[in-house]
Amino acid sequence: MSRSHIEFLLYALPAWLVPLGLLGGIEIAMRASGIQSDGLALPTQIAAALVAAIGDGEIFVRTAETIGAIAIGVPAGGMLGLLLGVWLGLSPRAAQLASLSIELFRPIPPVAVIPLTMLIYGLGIRMEAAIIAFTCFWPMLLLSRDAVVSVEPRLLEVARMLGLPYRQRITKIALPAALPRIFTAVRLTLGIALIVAVTTEIAANPFGLGYAIISAGLSLRPEVMYAFLIWLAILGWLLNAGLVALHHRLFGAAYGDVA
Amino acid sequence: MNHVSPLLAPVDEASAAPAIAFDDIRLEFGGKCILEGLSFAVAQGEFACVVGPSGCGKTTLLRLVTGLLSPSRGEVRRLGNAVDGPSREVAIVFQDYGRALLPWRTAAGNVGLALEAMGTPRQERAERIDALLDKVGLSGHGDKYPAQLSGGMQQRVQIARCLAQEPRILLMDEPFGALDALTRQALQDEIAGLVSDSGATALFVTHDLDEAIYLGDRVFALEANPGRLADVIDVGLARPRDQLQTREHPEFLRLRHVLFDHVQKSH
Repeated sequence: MSRSHIEFLLYALPAWLVPLGLLGGIEIAMRASGIQSDGLALPTQIAAALVAAIGDGEIFVRTAETIGAIAIGVPAGGMLGLLLGVWLGLSPRAAQLASLSIELFRPIPPVAVIPLTMLIYGLGIRMEAAIIAFTCFWPMLLLSRDAVVSVEPRLLEVARMLGLPYRQRITKIALPAALPRIFTAVRLTLGIALIVAVTTEIAANPFGLGYAIISAGLSLRPEVMYAFLIWLAILGWLLNAGLVALHHRLFGAAYGDVA
Repeated sequence: MNHVSPLLAPVDEASAAPAIAFDDIRLEFGGKCILEGLSFAVAQGEFACVVGPSGCGKTTLLRLVTGLLSPSRGEVRRLGNAVDGPSREVAIVFQDYGRALLPWRTAAGNVGLALEAMGTPRQERAERIDALLDKVGLSGHGDKYPAQLSGGMQQRVQIARCLAQEPRILLMDEPFGALDALTRQALQDEIAGLVSDSGATALFVTHDLDEAIYLGDRVFALEANPGRLADVIDVGLARPRDQLQTREHPEFLRLRHVLFDHVQKSH
């Protein structure tokens, strides 16, 4: 391990001590008060349940199911939203024509289409992926439209003065300029996708991490439920940290300080 | 102002036509009159400067020449032809270099964009880019991104990109307005040399009277509300000009007085 790695760990360590200390405090407080509740579990019990779920591989099967649905739904709905959003961003006329339809369909809560997708696909990964796709379509559509609309107008003037043909103005100016914002849209969309996936699993689909949480809760095993919750937190954190790192890698030097 | 009808004009008119001609231009924008009855011409190869108080339509005037904007009345001509949109013969250096450069492209990539637009074969581009960066004093900085360059260097990249177009008309909109005094003086001398080497016609907008006299063959003074031509002065100062000697020359000081009085009056 290099020197900078060690320095980074020393820098990051105190922030990790806060949640760990919190768990330790809860453990001590619960043992001292002798509290009993179906909704609570000792942090040590939760840790044991987490280790057990990792040991028998259940947690990985459940994770693969949820991530699998996200991996199908996000590209399907997100890609469609991206393409349409870029188009609406480039063509004010198309944007004007589409605006009412978007405002009418967008407020539909994604979980409200669960019954519809169940009719079409039954239960399972396809139904869940369809809901995720529906969910991701809208933020990608709106955010990529805005990303293209808010491209620095000066750059488009420069392109016209240089005599760039229309297609190259899109591929060489508008899209690269919109890219950092589009990537941020992907990040947001993935976060929403995870929420909707788990919601769907808890509400309807006997599948994935959401189902593991609800069935642990219903069978009065709070320590297992908490173990899966903590696992979800770690998963979400890893997902976002990975995307932030990728963002810096892709756009760091070239795009100045786009956060 | 030459009002020869096109029918009576000699056949070789194009070569003798002014590089830029404003013919009784009026421009309204949102119900407000920005420019009114503006007529003047800039000869080919001339370095013309435009000065005036803020709000006199200096930038608007440049945009009319680019073809990004059309007048409400009257006609703008470039090299004898009515302007009907942007042309590769016209390049413009914007003041806000930070927004005019593509942040995701290196200095070389930004200059290369002009060559890509012109369809320069790929294998010739690298050499041309190097020559252009060298011309503006940026050799060795080609692989840096705009965010890694100082303001003066970014403006040099923009100038190099404009020169890559090999324009016959070079428009500059307060290009050095955001730079510190020393960088500005260095760039003034460089742009004067680059323009005279290229043989292009320059239309240079500035609010700095000294800069206008120092660079220009002629200075057009505008007044505001609505923007119209107030005065034209011929600058007879010898070239190449020198930051110390030219600026201390009695003629320079006299012209400075004339322009200064004019600006005072129109305020």
